[in-house]
Amino acid sequence: MRDVAIVGVSMIKFGRYPEKAVQELGAQAALLALKDAGVTMNDIELMASGNLYQASAMIGQRILKEIGQTGIPVINVSNACATGSTAFREAYVAVASGQYDAALAVGSEQMGKMGLLGGGGGGGISPEGIVGSGLMPAVFGQAGVEHMRKYGTTQEHFAKIAVKNHKHSMANPYAQYQIETSLEDVMNARVVAWPNTLYMCCPTGDGAAAAVLMSMEKAKQYTTKPIKVAASVLTSDPWTERDLTLPDVSTLTRNASKQAYEEAGLGADDLNVVELHDCFATAELLHYENLGLCADGEAGRMIDEGETSIGGRIPVAPSGGLLSKGHPLGATGVANICEVVWHLRGQAGARQVEGAKVGLAHVIGLGSACTINVLQA
Amino acid sequence: MAEAESATAESKQLPILPFLRLGEKDGEDSYLFGSRCKSCGATYLGDRMACSKCCSTDPMDDVRLSDRGELHVFSIVHQSAPGVPTPYVAAIVDLPEGVSVRCNIEGVEPDPKNLEFGMPVEMYTEKVHTDDDGNEIIAFKFRPVNNN
Repeated sequence: MRDVAIVGVSMIKFGRYPEKAVQELGAQAALLALKDAGVTMNDIELMASGNLYQASAMIGQRILKEIGQTGIPVINVSNACATGSTAFREAYVAVASGQYDAALAVGSEQMGKMGLLGGGGGGGISPEGIVGSGLMPAVFGQAGVEHMRKYGTTQEHFAKIAVKNHKHSMANPYAQYQIETSLEDVMNARVVAWPNTLYMCCPTGDGAAAAVLMSMEKAKQYTTKPIKVAASVLTSDPWTERDLTLPDVSTLTRNASKQAYEEAGLGADDLNVVELHDCFATAELLHYENLGLCADGEAGRMIDEGETSIGGRIPVAPSGGLLSKGHPLGATGVANICEVVWHLRGQAGARQVEGAKVGLAHVIGLGSACTINVLQA
Repeated sequence: MAEAESATAESKQLPILPFLRLGEKDGEDSYLFGSRCKSCGATYLGDRMACSKCCSTDPMDDVRLSDRGELHVFSIVHQSAPGVPTPYVAAIVDLPEGVSVRCNIEGVEPDPKNLEFGMPVEMYTEKVHTDDDGNEIIAFKFRPVNNN
């Protein structure tokens, strides 16, 4: 495997675009990333497209019908919330293998307002709400409660995560919501699934993000600031005690971070900026420990002491995270990578983490898939 | 007439999930059942083709699961899919056979202060729905063990 670099990134502001088709959102992000890289579709040899809700609709090819039908191989990827980051990794593997020199990864999604509470039962009766809950709010509520049980973590610890991320979003024009919230606002908001209140849950929405990857050798012809993909890891959930009833979001993240640090030859102490999968406030707190940002049982203290705020020891979710930036499923993983790249290039504006040299982008898709990409300036 | 009678006789009780085994005769208890891997001992709800812990494909032992277990974790769900009544307690209960089960906890007000980690809970069944063919859909639920 050879070194791979990110040469171009982009995302469109996450939000609601009912007047557009999802391929238009993807096309817009793709064109911006190509422009950022200083190339055109004619330079791209392979495309990987991530989309979840329209996984059978050949969204990758539809995007190319908008921006350039060059006949290149297109891979359509669906992997729950890790859909976009899995598409990114497909593009990475294609270039790292030596078979292609330049690849495009696009993540796009149009969720409307239905979101994770949609679905429900089919023709028969659904066990949802009768035999517990398999929906994300309850699953991540229970995962947070498990941390409370183990370490005495409180609802206030989780609420502080939401306060931090909403504050970060105020400096991110790409965020779906830029609304600062006090601890009281978060604690007193209506409960969705205890301990998570409304402001501790990510919104549904539409959006797209894209990245252009090249072999390091080729990248240097296009930019003086190639961002190296130091590690790109994908794991699935291994057997653990309760995974089949309470999805275990921790073990596969721990496995992925261990692999990623080994592959990159770096450790958690080397990270300057992290974008992780804060689909719910409870999730972010668990991932501090899963990614090795602190020791087990220390995550509550970490948020109490402001270590993960911009200006703290290891800023997490400077973008505002999924909680504020939004979570259009297929776009999220690529957008996280885009945010980290902006910080490593010093292009993150008012939310810039000063002097960031190494960053990590993490995503979990329930069911489960975990991606970690370690990026290096 | 004979046909009509047999059609009525065909309306029956059906479990909401396949790992709930309903008592076939009056007075027989309904229970949850699982499968235990002969190689590594991992226990699962319901039938299995293979063991996802050790990958063994040998036939597994059928296990009758206890009616009593302990509350592992919970969430109080206040917002759910259309048609699901809220608030309610969505929980994970550990059974002594080494398997956990997703369930509702009934019999307590849905408030965190009424729920203790590790509290003993017991399973019961009730009819939750009648389908278009007249079959009664039976669900299992858990409630705190009444020590009185």
